[in-house]
Amino acid sequence: MGSLKRSLRFFFQRLEYSFDSFFSPALNPFANLGALGWFFYWIVAVSGIYLYIFFDTGITQAYDSLEHITNVQWYAGGVMRSLHRYASDALVVVVLLHLIREFSLDRMRGKRWFAWFTGIPLLWFIYACGISGYWMVWDVLAQYIAIATTEWLDTLPFFGESIAVNFLNNEHLTGRFFTLMVFIHIALPLIMLFLMWLHIQRLDNARINPPRALAAGTLISMVIMSLIFPAVSQAPADLDIVPSVIGFDWFYLAIYPLLDVVPGAQLWLALGVVTLVLIIMPWLPPLRDQVAAVVNLDNCNGCRRCVDDCPYGAITMGSRTDGALFDGQAVVNAGNCVACGICVGSCPTATPFRRTSELVSGIELPEYPVAGLREMIVELAARMKGIDRVLVFSCINSGSVSQAPEQGVGVVDIPCTGMLPPSFLDFVLSRDLADGVFINGCREGSCYNRLGTTWMRQRIDNQRDPYLRRRVPREQIHVCELGNGRNKRRAAELAAFKAVLRERTTSTTGKQKGRQLHSGMNR
Amino acid sequence: MYRFIKWSTQGMAYAVFMAGIGYFSVFPAYEYLEPSRAVIKMAFSHAGERKEECRRLTPEEIQKLAPNMRRPTQCGRERLPVIVELYLDGDLLYAGAAPPSGIWGDGTSTVYERFVLAPGSYVLTARLRDSYRTDSFDFEHTKRVELHERQNFVVSFRPELGGFSFD
Repeated sequence: MGSLKRSLRFFFQRLEYSFDSFFSPALNPFANLGALGWFFYWIVAVSGIYLYIFFDTGITQAYDSLEHITNVQWYAGGVMRSLHRYASDALVVVVLLHLIREFSLDRMRGKRWFAWFTGIPLLWFIYACGISGYWMVWDVLAQYIAIATTEWLDTLPFFGESIAVNFLNNEHLTGRFFTLMVFIHIALPLIMLFLMWLHIQRLDNARINPPRALAAGTLISMVIMSLIFPAVSQAPADLDIVPSVIGFDWFYLAIYPLLDVVPGAQLWLALGVVTLVLIIMPWLPPLRDQVAAVVNLDNCNGCRRCVDDCPYGAITMGSRTDGALFDGQAVVNAGNCVACGICVGSCPTATPFRRTSELVSGIELPEYPVAGLREMIVELAARMKGIDRVLVFSCINSGSVSQAPEQGVGVVDIPCTGMLPPSFLDFVLSRDLADGVFINGCREGSCYNRLGTTWMRQRIDNQRDPYLRRRVPREQIHVCELGNGRNKRRAAELAAFKAVLRERTTSTTGKQKGRQLHSGMNR
Repeated sequence: MYRFIKWSTQGMAYAVFMAGIGYFSVFPAYEYLEPSRAVIKMAFSHAGERKEECRRLTPEEIQKLAPNMRRPTQCGRERLPVIVELYLDGDLLYAGAAPPSGIWGDGTSTVYERFVLAPGSYVLTARLRDSYRTDSFDFEHTKRVELHERQNFVVSFRPELGGFSFD
């Protein structure tokens, strides 16, 4: 399982790096697969509502009304029909990619099981919606789908009467069937929307809208595609004639040809087993239990920053339990907390400058206490040598940087770069514990903890509280967002950063000497 | 220049994605049935006779029943399987016993079989037994049929219309 994940991760990383170069990390479609899924859902919903206005239910009316929409009203209805189909197909593509990518990034195990667990049933709904939609067109493809699906359903032991006998010949078919299909085709997407809402319930700041530029590019290309290659019906269905060669939507129907070689009951069983395996995937194998964050009321003033920054909705505000005169206190839901430490990074009390006997922040990760972090930094700084000393804060999910204090490189591993309070950067540089700080984190949009990279960036860029103080020289901070792998490139970035620091130190020393000489002459 | 290359590459990525979506939404075509073949589909639902014949209750037995449950006969629920045979030019094409549906075996038996054949003229014979009879069949129908390319020829069973119907 581990090697499969690593291989897939490698594949996605290569693909995403190349897309980064011309899309930029923020607009990279692979970093927005979930949001694109929502976007395609809404395109399907809006175009579907438009089509429903003109769609007529009935054995011949269904086909005729769609022909009218497609051919007579090609500029509106025709485009809407094409958008309806292409967005449905694109939805399948992005959802499957989303599933494989999340699996490869291992972002569904442990306490993060919920989104995965609720996402798997969505696949069944997506397919059921798409297949029922094709059925309504009542062309030869719909005829094939009707026969193949009902024959397949008949292999289940739940139905007393055969459903397939309703599609034996034209004589057996009734118009009520179309009314049923319309009901199914409306009800299923509504249930699906509820499941989509449920899917993101344990995620705060869930991205359900792709960046505007990406959405615009996708929509424009889809409209152009709809005009150049509009979705059309095939020949009308005729149950007295067997469909022979059929234009096939492989995104939705790829499994159907298997029915020619595999008995229907066995195929149901196989799909059931695959679904079950996918559902229990977060526990294969179980993740080591993550020790949840702990609130220290003596240092918590209920400022809400941790509530706003937690990517998993694991922190809420509750009433004060210690009688202190603050509005509230942070309350951690240990069941949702993945111990990423982003809350620690957001806490204003997590500052190494504090001159208390014991450094304890308002919210702490028991396995990574802030005092321990400060202690480690000071200890590493004492061992680092050279004029280009670099302290590396390295995310444990983003590759590795070799510890080499004697060569001026000290590495502090943290669960996520979002855990790093900006005051620690100030502390390291203002106390001259290092000449530069190198932050090694996940790629933008691909953060293992969803928002850690984004929050860290925004804090350094003074866009998010707690801000990095203005006095901290930004040129002495380097953020490396290469993610997992790419260790050579990371090493090269570190070497380049050290070179910059060396040059800076040399010129600063030269200037200082020059200033001293100048002041001596004046005297 | 860099911006132009960046935008062009983005445009190409969108074009490739949409072309892939458009292509695989219709192509490659799938061949469900060779165009030079025809299909005979035998499909129907029919309930076999009850496994136990109904027995007339004695007045004493009726008296023992609750007033609202009193009835003159008592019948078993379970039904017999429906035995079906289909012959093509005298050769057996299909023979099977369709069990009754339902947990108690008291529902209808369903037959749904599909046969792919070369078009042409055939003598088709269908037989069905839904009773305890052992010497012969309860229903039988023979007819010469002409099958055309891609024709969907249906063999159904409607006892209310006298038995098998060949459409």
